[in-house]
Amino acid sequence: MITAGLDVGSRTIKLVLFADGHIVHSAVADSGLKPVDRCRRLLDSRSFDKLMVTGYGRDLVAPGLSGATISEISAQAAAVRFLYPDASSVIDIGGQDSKVIRLSPNGVQKFEMNDRCAAGTGKFLEIMARALELSIDDFARTALNAQRSVTLNSLCTVFAESEVVSLINKGEDAHAIALGLHQAVASRVGSMAKRVGMADRLIFSGGGAKNPCLVRLLEEKLSLKITVPEEPQTTAALGAAIIASLQPPSPSTGERPGVRVP
Amino acid sequence: MVLTENEQMWSELGIDLASHGQLMNALGPIYQEIYLGQKNRPKGMGFYDFVVGDIHGIRVKELREHAKSGGKVVATYCVFVPEEFCWASGAIPISLCAGTAFSIPAAEEVLPRNTCALIKSSFGFKLGRLCPYVQVSHLIVGETTCDGKKKMFELLAEHQPVYVMEVPNKRGPAGRALWQQEVRDFKAKIEELTGNRITAENLGEAIKKVNARRREFKRLSMLRAADPAPISGKDALLATQVSMYDDVERETQIMKALNEELEERVKNGEGVFPKGAKRILISGSPMAIPNWKLHHIIESAGAVVVGEESCTGSRFFNELAPEGITDLDEMVTALADRYLKTNCACFTPNCERLDDIIGMAKTLMADGVIHYNLQFCHTYANEAIQVDKALEKAGIPLLRIETDYSDEDAGQLKTRIDAFLETL
Ligand code: SF4
Ligand code: SF4
Repeated sequence: MITAGLDVGSRTIKLVLFADGHIVHSAVADSGLKPVDRCRRLLDSRSFDKLMVTGYGRDLVAPGLSGATISEISAQAAAVRFLYPDASSVIDIGGQDSKVIRLSPNGVQKFEMNDRCAAGTGKFLEIMARALELSIDDFARTALNAQRSVTLNSLCTVFAESEVVSLINKGEDAHAIALGLHQAVASRVGSMAKRVGMADRLIFSGGGAKNPCLVRLLEEKLSLKITVPEEPQTTAALGAAIIASLQPPSPSTGERPGVRVP
Repeated sequence: MVLTENEQMWSELGIDLASHGQLMNALGPIYQEIYLGQKNRPKGMGFYDFVVGDIHGIRVKELREHAKSGGKVVATYCVFVPEEFCWASGAIPISLCAGTAFSIPAAEEVLPRNTCALIKSSFGFKLGRLCPYVQVSHLIVGETTCDGKKKMFELLAEHQPVYVMEVPNKRGPAGRALWQQEVRDFKAKIEELTGNRITAENLGEAIKKVNARRREFKRLSMLRAADPAPISGKDALLATQVSMYDDVERETQIMKALNEELEERVKNGEGVFPKGAKRILISGSPMAIPNWKLHHIIESAGAVVVGEESCTGSRFFNELAPEGITDLDEMVTALADRYLKTNCACFTPNCERLDDIIGMAKTLMADGVIHYNLQFCHTYANEAIQVDKALEKAGIPLLRIETDYSDEDAGQLKTRIDAFLETL
C-alpha cells in the first residue's frame, strides 16, 4: 500500500509518499495564493491508496482531495518516532508556528505552540534577513561568524525590523545584529521548550532546523544535543503518510468550526 | 422610519440603534450556525432558542415593567455578589453579558488594549450604549476580584451608579471578617435602593428559591456524566448563561423539565454524541454570553464538553446556601461564608480549586481538561501553572489555552485542540 502525506503550511506545501516502511517520493513547493491547486499539481500523476493531510491548511484542502486530516503535532510525533525510535522530544519551527512536543512511548505526552505572535517563527527570521538584505542562508552564516551580538529591545516583528534598520544606519556590525536576532528566537523557543520539558534525544524539525545557527543556540540554551533530520522540512508530511498507513482513517467531514464572533 | 416595538423600547433606553442593529444582525447567523445546526438537541432547549431569538426583547421588557411599577434592577458581573438580597427585597438581579468582541472597539477608546476581553467587552457595552440590560438597571455592582475590573468600575461610575464590594485576597479570619462586613453593607445598600427591609422571612425564601435553581443545575451536571452525553456542552453552557439573568423561579421550572427529558435519555442510552466520544472538562475564566467559541471548536472536532469548572459553570451552582436558619444575622453570616467558598483565582492560596477540577474531571469521567484563559487575565494565567502540576500528578491530561473573543486565532486553536484530542 502507498500512502500520501501532505503538509499544507503557510509558506510551503510538502508531499511524502510512503510505501512498505520507506519514503518513495518527496517534494516541496511554495504554497502560493491557491494552495488547493498547488496540492493537486503535486499529487498529479502520483498513485497512492490513501491520503492524509496535515498543516495549517488541512481543512481547506482535505475535503476536495478526499483526504483525512491530522494535526501537525501528531504528524511530527509519528515521523520523529519512525526516524528516531529513541527520540524523546521535538522542536518544530515552521513558517508561521513553532511547536515543542514531549513524546510519550506511544505518541504525544505534552506540547505547546507559540501564541499568535510571529516572534519565534520562521517568518520572523525571514523578515529580519530581508531587513539585513541577506538571503536566509547568508543570514544564518553571518550570525554564525559573529564575534559578539547586540541585544534587541523588541521581539515584535514590526519593531524589531525598524530597530534593525536603525542599527544598520548607526553603523552596527551586521554579524552582531544577525546573531542578536537568532538569539532572540532561540530564547523564545527555548523558554517554551523548557516549560514542556525537553530531554535527550531532541529532534529539531521544520524549515527552521535548516538554520545551523539556530541549532547551535538552542543546543546551548537547553544544554542538549540536537539531531536534525536529513529533510527537516518534510517530517510532518512523512508523519501524515505514516499515520495513514497505520490506521484506516475516517474520511474528513469537511466540517470547519468557522467561529465568527461579532 | 417606523420603529418596531422593540426599537421603540431600545431608543427610550438610550440605545445607539444603528450599532445595536449591527450587533443583532451579527448574532443571528452565529447562533444559527453554532446552535441550531446541532443534531438531536433536547426539546427543553427550545426555551433558550426562544430567549436568544429575542435576546434584547422579552426579558428587557419584563425588567422595564418591573421598573415602571417601582421595582429595582441590580446588575452584576461576578458570582460573588449575593443575589439573594436582591430577590428578598423585591429587586431583580441580572448578570450582564460581556462575551462579544463587538463592543471592544468602543472600550478601547478609553481602556488599555492589553486588558482582558471580559472587562473591555462589558465597558464597551456601556460606552457604546449597546446593551439594554445595562441601560435598564438602577445599580451596577462591581467587586475587587482583579485590578482591571477594579479600575474599570471607577470609570464606569462616571456613566451609571456603581457600587463595589471588596473581596478579600485570603480566606483567613481577617478576610472572612472583612467579607462578612461587605455582605452586610451590601444588604444595607440594597435596602436603601429598594426602600424595602430584608427580613429573616423574605431572605429565607430567597435563599430557598436560589438554592432550588442551584439544585437543578447540579442535577444537570450529574446527568452530563453519562456516556453518551445527553446534552452538548454548548447547550449546557447556554442554559447557565441565560439563567444568570433570567427569573429564578422560571429557570428552576425550565431546568426541571430539561433535566427530566435528559434523565429519560440517559435511561435509554440516548445522546448527542456517539458513545465513547472524547470527553472534555473546561476549567478557568468565565464565558459570558455570547462567548461560545471554545465549546464550538471542541464539539466541531467531535469531542463533547461535559462540564465547566468556571463561574459560568460549577462555581455558579455548586455550593448551596444553608437553609433553615431563623436568625437574620446568622443567616447573613452563613450566606457570606457560602460566597467565600467561590474558588476564584483572586484568592491566595486557592488550592480548593485544584481539588474541584480533579474532582469534576473524575465524576464527569473527562478524558482531559482544557484550561481556558482569557488573554491578559493574570490571576488565572498564573494559577494555570499550579493546575498543570496538580493534573499531571493526578494523571489527567491538560491543554492550556489563552485567547480572547476574536476569531483571528481560530485556526491555531483548532490545531491545538485537534492535537490534544488525538493524544487522548
Ligand atoms: S472568575 Fe472570579 S472574578 Fe470572575 S466572575 Fe468568577 S468569581 Fe468573579
Ligand atoms: S477574566 Fe480575569 S482579568 Fe478578566 S475580569 Fe475576570 S478576573 Fe479580571
